[in-house]
Amino acid sequence: MKTIDLLPLVGTFAENKDLAREIRIKQLVPSLENGQEVILDFEGIGAATQSFIHALISDLFRLFGGKVLDVLYFKNCSDIVKKIIGIVVEYMQESG
Amino acid sequence: MKVHLPNSAFLGNIDPFLHSFDNSNPSILEITANKKWISIHPVILTMVAALGMMVTPSKIRCERFVAKSKHYMERMGLFKLLKIESDIKITEHEAAGRFIPLTVITNTDELTSFIKDMIPLLHLEPKQVEPIKYIISELVRNVLEHSDSANGAILAAQYYQNSNTIRIGIADTGVGIKETITKSHKAVTHLEALKLAMTPGITGTTRKEGGTEFNAGAGLFFIKSIAKVNRDFFMIYSGNAMYKLLKTNIGTKQIRLHADPFQDRNSKKEDLPFWQGTVVGIDISLDSGKEFLMLLEHIRKTYGKAVKERKKARYRRPKFI
Repeated sequence: MKTIDLLPLVGTFAENKDLAREIRIKQLVPSLENGQEVILDFEGIGAATQSFIHALISDLFRLFGGKVLDVLYFKNCSDIVKKIIGIVVEYMQESG
Repeated sequence: MKVHLPNSAFLGNIDPFLHSFDNSNPSILEITANKKWISIHPVILTMVAALGMMVTPSKIRCERFVAKSKHYMERMGLFKLLKIESDIKITEHEAAGRFIPLTVITNTDELTSFIKDMIPLLHLEPKQVEPIKYIISELVRNVLEHSDSANGAILAAQYYQNSNTIRIGIADTGVGIKETITKSHKAVTHLEALKLAMTPGITGTTRKEGGTEFNAGAGLFFIKSIAKVNRDFFMIYSGNAMYKLLKTNIGTKQIRLHADPFQDRNSKKEDLPFWQGTVVGIDISLDSGKEFLMLLEHIRKTYGKAVKERKKARYRRPKFI
């Protein structure tokens, strides 16, 4: 299982979409393609924009389908981050 | 081009100012102002700054401001940004309220730094900060990603003690909403383009539901929704069109968010002087007590419903013979 600690990468307010894409392309997708389970650790991140979360995970639904949620975990999320992740996960599955 | 800074122009009464903007002769900018008092929303300063940045400083003719409130323009950095002289002196460290002076942001690194640095300027409590950071991030990213603006995003904000409100303005002189939205969707008029831009899940980057790997088409809907739930103003102006979300009445107990912005209480114009680019203004009341979390829950329900309805509209229908 791979853990990606996001705080050192994106800071306490996760809004940089370029970083989100880089994390997805360089870390998330290769790990998932290798059959690993992945934990995205949001410890220390107070809030995130919907745009950031979309750039981080939306393409995973296109690549792996909704079952990506069986191998992808979101850890230490604040209530705001949980809510935004929930919004993105919902509309991506509705759009599929 | 001619701009006149009026006695009073905030989002609720900004229409006369927008109508008064003269965009002829774009190589020259003339700035005049009310002689007695100038009290204006920061979005107006961002517009003046955006226009000024398209003109060489020697072609900017700014009349000498005599109104008592002229120091505000100096404090907000208007003359510095336009590289023109002003004879207005301010004491650098005098306590003058909470504000973000005119700031130009041209790339994502500048935006990230700006968001870190700007919050202390506003002296807000941590829970008040979240929607402000959110709004600024989304609005500036829209400019950086979609506008092709040579001068980036010009931003300013001001705290108003009487109403306990933060007022934010952002302007660019890029390609405008219609040009970006019509890359993937049909919009005959600028007003139609504004409507699409504020509809959840609609982005100019693709026709596909769910957006691209980088764009969901949700930013403006989120921001308009934050204003709606907070019972605040929100305004967007691009091309010859302007949409203004009006304040939800205090008597309205349950606030409904609509995917279609025209179903919200609003005013619209299609006869404004042409603005090449996009201007957004928003007010955030710090009194409303609406937790950001609750705002997001409202947004989640409306967004999901809009996606389902669009998807259903594309279902094939059985043929009964």
